[in-house]
Amino acid sequence: MSAIEQDRPAAAGEQELARAVRVGAGPPLQREAATTIFQKGAPGRRAFQCPQVDVPAVEAEQLLPARFRRAEAPRLAEVSEPEIVRHYVGLSKRNFDLDSGFYPLGSCTMKHNPRLHERAAALPGHARLHPLQDPEDAQGALELMWKLQGALAEISGLPHVSLQPSAGSHGELAGVLLARAYHEDRGQARRKVLTPDTAHGTNPATVTMAGLEAVKLETNADGGVDIEDLRAKADEDVACLMLTNPNTLGLFDPNIEQIAEIVHAVGAILYYDGANLNAVMGLSRPGDMGFDIVHFNLHKSFTQPHGGGGPGSGPIAVSERIAPYLPTPLVARAEDGSFELDHGRGAAGSKSIGRLRGFNGNYGCFVRAYAYICSLGADGLRDASETAVLNANYLLARLRELGVAEHLPLAYGELCMHEFVLSGGPMKRALQIKTLDLAKRLLDFGFHPPTVYFPLLVEEALMVEPTETETRETLDSFAETLAAILREAAEDPAIAQNAPYSTPVRRLDEVGAAKRPVIRQALG
Amino acid sequence: MLAAIGVSSPQEIFERQIPEAVRLGRALELPAGLPEQEVYEHMRALAARNLSCEEQLSFLGAGMYDHYVPALIDMLTERSEFLTPYTPYQPEISQGGLQVMFEYQTAICELTGLPVSNASLYEGPSAVAAAGYLAKLHNGRSRFVVSAGLHPHSIQTLRTYAHGYGIEVLEIPLRDGLTDAEEFARAIDAQTAAAIFAQPNFYGAVEDADALSAAAKAAGSAPDGAPVVVAQVDPITLGILKAPGECGVDVAVGEGQALGNRLDFGGPSFGLFAAREEYLRRMPGRIAGETHDVDGRRGFVLTLQTREQHIRREKATSNICTSQALNALAGVVYLSWLGRRGIVELGELLLARTHYARETLAALDGVHKLHEQPVVREFALRLDADVAAVRRRCAAEGVNPGADLQALSGRAEDEGGLLVAITEKRSRADIDRLAEVLGAAVAAEREALAV
Repeated sequence: MSAIEQDRPAAAGEQELARAVRVGAGPPLQREAATTIFQKGAPGRRAFQCPQVDVPAVEAEQLLPARFRRAEAPRLAEVSEPEIVRHYVGLSKRNFDLDSGFYPLGSCTMKHNPRLHERAAALPGHARLHPLQDPEDAQGALELMWKLQGALAEISGLPHVSLQPSAGSHGELAGVLLARAYHEDRGQARRKVLTPDTAHGTNPATVTMAGLEAVKLETNADGGVDIEDLRAKADEDVACLMLTNPNTLGLFDPNIEQIAEIVHAVGAILYYDGANLNAVMGLSRPGDMGFDIVHFNLHKSFTQPHGGGGPGSGPIAVSERIAPYLPTPLVARAEDGSFELDHGRGAAGSKSIGRLRGFNGNYGCFVRAYAYICSLGADGLRDASETAVLNANYLLARLRELGVAEHLPLAYGELCMHEFVLSGGPMKRALQIKTLDLAKRLLDFGFHPPTVYFPLLVEEALMVEPTETETRETLDSFAETLAAILREAAEDPAIAQNAPYSTPVRRLDEVGAAKRPVIRQALG
Repeated sequence: MLAAIGVSSPQEIFERQIPEAVRLGRALELPAGLPEQEVYEHMRALAARNLSCEEQLSFLGAGMYDHYVPALIDMLTERSEFLTPYTPYQPEISQGGLQVMFEYQTAICELTGLPVSNASLYEGPSAVAAAGYLAKLHNGRSRFVVSAGLHPHSIQTLRTYAHGYGIEVLEIPLRDGLTDAEEFARAIDAQTAAAIFAQPNFYGAVEDADALSAAAKAAGSAPDGAPVVVAQVDPITLGILKAPGECGVDVAVGEGQALGNRLDFGGPSFGLFAAREEYLRRMPGRIAGETHDVDGRRGFVLTLQTREQHIRREKATSNICTSQALNALAGVVYLSWLGRRGIVELGELLLARTHYARETLAALDGVHKLHEQPVVREFALRLDADVAAVRRRCAAEGVNPGADLQALSGRAEDEGGLLVAITEKRSRADIDRLAEVLGAAVAAEREALAV
């Protein structure tokens, strides 16, 4: 998101504020001054009661020589349990969250998080299981991972799965390293990775981390990959093409078969960024489109709670030819039907790219994703995608009906998949409010704004992903609110330009924060 | 809804956009969906086939530890307002999460004695790899010199990443349980991007961090400066161990699980990452910063975003786009719960019980200390018997005596090695029980072998 403008008036006038609050009822104000936990409490105050030292006393120097000891205790907070609870409950009330309202953050798939999953994951047999527990005493966990691997293989149409990557970006790194290992195994040091200009920033960033060079692909007039540009750039130095399909414009690339053909013809790998898998579960599979590698975002399509930005989980599925290079460990099934971890001495052999992290991946996320798949089943997953796409198209149609499209036209295409991208360019010119202003004004109406200013090739982009969670009433209300904000802006653009008014804080000085970074509490 | 869209069925929306050849055209081969209570029963049945630390007296550690997680952490992390939002892209409605990040950063800076911290990374070993990448960006050199005392998962992860970004990894063996400081210094030269060690190390030993940092800095003083000194630390020991920032360390990374996070069979948890000021603009991951709003109110935002992938794309300092916000929340709540005195008291308790456990076990026939170095809450033993067989005998008595060292490290010299972890949940009586069971198991194995 771009930084706020510095030349704005310092504060909105009282009259303007009163009017703004009248037109949009916001969440309750939580405007007490922000004080950190380190500014609370008093010396000696505490919550923790340490268990008694129940072993014979030994001289301190013998336990740990003084030269290794810390001279002064770290200045952690000194607070009681009730103070901690009030402090963090107070902070929680300064957050907007999915359980409180509509959260159409494009590309993030903010779907409902069933509480069953939290209950299941908290069972001691899952939550208190040590990762080094002997496989014979962790059969339930290994079976769960095995079954999740199988389900992800079926959903993606690619037979081999590693659950290890910790997030989508980590899955991408795994994918690019796999493509690289595949070529290196054939004696080829291919240097280039093609990424469309609509790609998530993680794609090119990952390519650099994997020691390869990102080459940008142009987008054609229909919002898909520019086939001529692809033909020109696809050569024997290309390791892979990273593609999101449907892409970040919410469009399924109609030329996908041709794209796969061109990429495969030069011996390169096709990588599927699974960020938008929620559009096609049970309807179309990356493996059938010609992809060799796909990463999943369990926190998106499979409703692991986003946690305020983590944890996530980014398993990968691959074709036969990529399987020998998968990261270790893998869950395997022995002949007697029991489950085990293969650390690279069995099927996961010496060609493996190696480990990507400690232990077995984010198991807590696997429990939730697997519970979700069990709840929905084959039909339910397809229904989820169908409803997500239906909801997005309905919202798009409602915006057209309400005349919103005049100022916020669809950037590409007619229909969309699970999300769509509007351009705020005409709005900016006609109404003098930018996409950022629109987003900030939405906050006063109790909505989380869509993703803004992405993808980069759309002017003043607004990327809307309603997900299957939302009711028609919510979609209608959101569409009507957008229309109301545009009407309001036509009358007085200053209202949106100075929004929000009803939030715990108003627009923040991001430029100043970056110029003079203060990233910890000064302690006395 | 269909009429508004102008289609006759939801399927038509797909038919008009997805080429027929790549439409699935059949149902997924997955079981039918189940009602909530049946899914719960299935999940419970799976959990019942795992032996958790609640049902077994476990001394497993080796990177993840069964510390007590206070109830208030469950209550706070289950709150919708922390559990269900995404990354704070809209700071005006995300002040809670942003302030938590700011507080977390403050606590990590205090623990490590380093001035800057990010809002957390995925977990420990990949945080080591991220520190390596920072060093590569910082000085552009071609080699990491790494102590064999690093957790094997950290070394393996570092190798995976380093192969990607094109850096050689040179491993320095241990002597008497410690990184061989002379060899460490000898290996470091003007081509060394980073010198990396663990404190305490994988075998439980407290390293001389001052000496290792000093050796790295002296040995690598090329015209454009010394290598980046990276320490993998265990945050729970930092109430009593000298802070890495006071030992000449430039970047401290580590596994955060011990701070209020569950075991979860290995994840999710968080990785901590703190550094000296000069590395701030090359740090990976999210960073929260303090600022003010247009009315002058104190507030927090994600800051220094020009490091990040969504702006810099291929020139970003990392591909990481989120922190482990919920796990880091548990971490900072835990540290507030422990408090300034508690983290020291807990450290002293671990130190005393670990010492007691080590001496008690090493007094058993056929059980020896692997090294004589000071230890904090974990230590390595060598058994005169097959470790796998001994562990099986102990398991039959309801005791997990610790991790099989060689199975983890793959090193020939670790044969017979057992890594025993002590948390505040293991009382003297528990340790005495371990001694009884382990002693009997080793004796029985030796007897079986003699026959």
